[in-house]
Amino acid sequence: MGALIEAHQLRKNFGDITAVDGISLSVARGEVLGFLGPNGAGKSTTMKMITGFLEPDSGRAVICGHDVQEAPKLAKAKFGYVPEGAPSYSEMTTRAFLAFIAEIRGYRGGEIAKRIDAAVEKTGLAPVLDQTIETLSKGYKRRVGVAQAILHDPPVLVMDEPTDGLDPNQKHHVRELIKAMAAEKAIIISTHILEEVEAVCTRAVVINRGTIVADGTAEDLLHRIRHHGAVSIRVPTERSEAAIRVLQAAKHVAGVETLGKANGHIHIRAFPREGALETADVAAVLRAQQIPIDELYIERGRLDEVFRQITTSDEQKRQTNGEGAAHA
Amino acid sequence: MRETFDTSWIIAKREFRAYFATPLAIVFLTIFVASTGAFAFYIGGFFDRGQADLYPFFAYHPWLYLLLVPAVAMRLWAEERKTGTIELLMTLPVSPVEAILGKFFAAWAFIGLALVCTFPMWITVNALGDPDNGVILTSYLGSFLMAGAFLAIGSFVSAMTKNQVIAFILAATIAFLFTMSGFEMVQNAVKTWLPDLVTQAVSAMSVLAHFERITRGVLEAPTLVYFVSMIVFFLFATVLAVEQKKAE
Repeated sequence: MGALIEAHQLRKNFGDITAVDGISLSVARGEVLGFLGPNGAGKSTTMKMITGFLEPDSGRAVICGHDVQEAPKLAKAKFGYVPEGAPSYSEMTTRAFLAFIAEIRGYRGGEIAKRIDAAVEKTGLAPVLDQTIETLSKGYKRRVGVAQAILHDPPVLVMDEPTDGLDPNQKHHVRELIKAMAAEKAIIISTHILEEVEAVCTRAVVINRGTIVADGTAEDLLHRIRHHGAVSIRVPTERSEAAIRVLQAAKHVAGVETLGKANGHIHIRAFPREGALETADVAAVLRAQQIPIDELYIERGRLDEVFRQITTSDEQKRQTNGEGAAHA
Repeated sequence: MRETFDTSWIIAKREFRAYFATPLAIVFLTIFVASTGAFAFYIGGFFDRGQADLYPFFAYHPWLYLLLVPAVAMRLWAEERKTGTIELLMTLPVSPVEAILGKFFAAWAFIGLALVCTFPMWITVNALGDPDNGVILTSYLGSFLMAGAFLAIGSFVSAMTKNQVIAFILAATIAFLFTMSGFEMVQNAVKTWLPDLVTQAVSAMSVLAHFERITRGVLEAPTLVYFVSMIVFFLFATVLAVEQKKAE
């Protein structure tokens, strides 16, 4: 079976503002797609089009083979959606709210209670089943939102910032829940929290200004960083010149840069010539010159660096392009 | 068709219960019953007329509905949009028509309940004399239809705004215009600068004229058509408004 979620060239304008400008993506069973982007990049708008809440100006979204605009009921039966902030009818009790969702989803009689039990067990809502939702903490409210989305055990889950505003324990809980369901579902979660991508996502799509600027695993994204795979070395300041000289001469090293001095130590970064640079090789070269090594590790880079690089360089490029055009 | 009915019914049940989530429902019912009674006895001169009918009771319903029906209708869509639950509702396997019908019928049933609560009036008039119960029944039906028409207006206005206060005021204003259009004062004003045909059309649009006929015991096809088409028209407008405005 192919992708369970497919978006083809989705486009949406709000007045003069282009919110989403030709986004295509597909998510297969077993994949958790992290949908990243700065605030206002078009994440929520895209998700609203995928779930059929918003009609795209052009392009289409297909869930499990059903076009969301042409066969909305069939498509909507196949996914669960947690909108931003996980809204729910706050005057209802958790149980009554879930029962309402179950009825709308077509369950009747004893099936309703069974469905509620299953969803409540997964989301840990048992202690608050008979409380009205408005009296619940933010974490519980969010879980109610997740519970209604997984009530019918849908093959597709779409969650808009499911952990936003939760405390670390609650975040952990929601992520564990997503991981537990990941194997048999196709899941999209939007977030601007990058640790989430490494924690739960099998793939990440970064969007900026309504277009996709990167698509790959967290590891793929990290490769975009200039110093990904570089070796970081800390040596005593008095030996810095010797260390730099030795490293520049080493055959695997393409270049060396000094990052800064602190507490009598200097921080140097060595870039690999081609392929990977082994810490053992670097250590051997330095030891050969009796240079003491205080710290030595391979840099992976951090996702937020990639994120910043992708989403801001894009902006700068546009600005320079704009200026270039103005000069021309 | 059956599916539409089922889904609307589920939504209507939820909505109807939502009215009773706060003491507001009870307050509303009390105000409704008390004020219909007060109007009938003090302003309508229920006793002084010396007639065994409920005409003074029903005569003030249009005016009461002007304020009370928008109060019931204002939350229908404005609240969904304000709290964001509209996004949840519209991404469930529910069509806009099903949602709109469900909400409308819940609100209508609530008004119906308020009308039912006025049954002591009926008992009173039967105890005091020998009224034409057919006329009373027709009047109740007419009053219920008129409430439905006002509710449909309220539903439409509620879908146009997130703000319940604005929804209330706008709905009351539109309902007021529909009520007033049959008044002689308005008629005279229109007559002076518009052709007769328009004057007649404006008059035919009047809620008051149609309701008046019903309370006299005359329930004719044009009146039925009038109220039903008001309801259908404004519910259709609600569908468009919800589709247009839901994401704002």
